[in-house]
Amino acid sequence: MAGRPTSPNPSRPLSPHLSIWKWQVHAIASITHRITGNAMALGAVVLFLWWLLAAATGPAAYAIFLAVATGWFGILVGIGFTWVFFQHLCSGVRHLIMDTGQGYGLPISRATAALTFAVSILLTIVTWAVIYFHKGF
Amino acid sequence: MGAGTELGRVRGLGAAKDGVHHWWLQRITAIANIVLMLWFIFSLVRLPSLDFASVTLWLRQPVAAVPMLLLIVSVFWHFRLGVQVMLEDYVHGQTRVVAMLALNFYALAGAAAAVFAVLKIALGAA
Repeated sequence: MAGRPTSPNPSRPLSPHLSIWKWQVHAIASITHRITGNAMALGAVVLFLWWLLAAATGPAAYAIFLAVATGWFGILVGIGFTWVFFQHLCSGVRHLIMDTGQGYGLPISRATAALTFAVSILLTIVTWAVIYFHKGF
Repeated sequence: MGAGTELGRVRGLGAAKDGVHHWWLQRITAIANIVLMLWFIFSLVRLPSLDFASVTLWLRQPVAAVPMLLLIVSVFWHFRLGVQVMLEDYVHGQTRVVAMLALNFYALAGAAAAVFAVLKIALGAA
């Protein structure tokens, strides 16, 4: 991707060009929605299936799952997918609101996009704080 | 309708009218997912432990097994629709047909395995 073009006269508008554009928070929220959704479909779903099938198979199979899930790497993945889930949830709620025709103005669209990140990070911290103080992992 | 070009064969037929249905199902399952996933996370965090006994005891209750079955249907359906949109954007030609088949098999087989696991635990066979 090329950098932002410079003009001899900065007050002149620049022609729009497909390969020259600036990342903005609503664009980041949009692609993050797609990435988080597909990451859960192809990643978290497999872990969910492992958990359920291990529980349905018996204590020995479940012990293997639990040992991995409660190891440091398992907890790291758990925290990661917790944020991924909450981000997809917040962004999804934003999509549902926009489906009603609201929130398309530039300031409000920018604000709600930023809000999805703030809320998802907050919910992830709250969830794992509750788990930590409730169970101590 | 002639046997001409691909474009010629479909010109004038209009949309397949399938897009709105896809869009609507994605919204219905999205709303169901909000309720069911928040219930799921809340329930897991509230369990005294995530060990075998706690989890299977919990899933034996109808108030846990029934929402879990609904969650599996709604979540697997939702991601199947969502991944389809991603594949349609990034994968083209014959590869897309293979990818879509793989997605359908993955979603359906996964959902069947998950439903079976819940039923096995809930009906007391595990």
